Amino acid sequence: MPQSDYDLVIIGGGPAGLTAGIYAARARLNVVLYEKAAPGGQVIISDWIENYPGFPDGISGYDLGEKMLNHAKNLGLTIETEDVTGLDLTGDIKVIHLGPEKSVTTKAIIIASGASPKTLNVGEDKFRGKGVSFCATCDGPFFRDKTVVAVGGGDTAVQESLFLTRFVKKLYLVHRRDELRATKILQERAFKNDKIEFVWDSVVTGMDGLFAVENVNVKNVKTEEESSIKANGCFIWIGITPNTDFVGDDLNRDEWGFIFTNDRMETSIPGVFAAGDVRTTPLKQIATAVGDAAIAVMGVEHYIENINS
Amino acid sequence: MSENIIEIEDDAFEQEVLKSTIPVLVDFWAPWCGPCRAIAPTIEELQKTYDGKMKFVKVNVDENPISPSKYGIQAIPTLIFFKDGEVSEQITGMVAKAKLEDTINTLL
Repeated sequence: MPQSDYDLVIIGGGPAGLTAGIYAARARLNVVLYEKAAPGGQVIISDWIENYPGFPDGISGYDLGEKMLNHAKNLGLTIETEDVTGLDLTGDIKVIHLGPEKSVTTKAIIIASGASPKTLNVGEDKFRGKGVSFCATCDGPFFRDKTVVAVGGGDTAVQESLFLTRFVKKLYLVHRRDELRATKILQERAFKNDKIEFVWDSVVTGMDGLFAVENVNVKNVKTEEESSIKANGCFIWIGITPNTDFVGDDLNRDEWGFIFTNDRMETSIPGVFAAGDVRTTPLKQIATAVGDAAIAVMGVEHYIENINS
Repeated sequence: MSENIIEIEDDAFEQEVLKSTIPVLVDFWAPWCGPCRAIAPTIEELQKTYDGKMKFVKVNVDENPISPSKYGIQAIPTLIFFKDGEVSEQITGMVAKAKLEDTINTLL
């Protein structure tokens, strides 16, 4: 077996990546974790986490992310700020490209690069930071006593909308169906909240304003009726898209780009594993991401034992 | 926080930022903002790298409403790069360190 820089490279520093780092460090693997921005992942933009065991009163997303980061650091995990730009997976030794001039080699890879909020693609880009937001905890207080639109019907949309009602005067929750997908406890809270008005069977078709968002345009998908909501903000929570730009065509992925794995987190290429939101998982939660990662590291250990023997 | 990153208030903005003789990166943040806290270590690393060439300033938007509103900030973290008192670049949200380095290098 030829030599490599590392036994394992973990790509991504969210809950899946940090958990993989914790298990790999305890397994005494020669491991590095690459994170392109700041460790924590999507968790750090979550206002409050109420479904992760061990925190009976809930915990802020940032605090949970920081605890996971410190846990990994305490075990000696090496975390580097690097943007993975490409993978070469053809040989037994895999190559990770970090920009045009730098690369490292490794025996195994865990892709835990997560996912990013999906955009509406109705021209909201020019209003980013000018009313359009994906992060209630970051931007909510700027909309104190104002009217905002929120888009989506899942857990994130409802949870974050409830958080926004601490600040806003009124929130229109625009959802393309006539019922929410969010978990029941969140639905109950939303229906009881008198600041939230539901706009059912509707999609956002655009927005306008001189310097920032002033109007959000919506269309009822059943009646085709179009209308405009006077609002200063538009928060978008319509799902996520996987962060797989660097992956290339070698790994099998589904039509949305999520990486296929089996129940051992193995991808279509031996030695390459995926964990968390980036893979085709039926549930995208912190609890499932950390479980994926633990299983993936077990697979990595078996894989490395096999190729070394 | 590094002692070489200055936390300023609204009334010091003109002196510390607009009248600075070297380019300035202003980090608009708040304690309740997770991503703001998450990028803070990156800003500290950059400060060490560019010590003396670029000035690094933080503005807490909770306590200082004037300067954020002057620059139309409705989202944080927002990083604004100033050169000779003028805005040369504005970045909102989580951002890779490499992108910040590229931006700083164009200003120096």
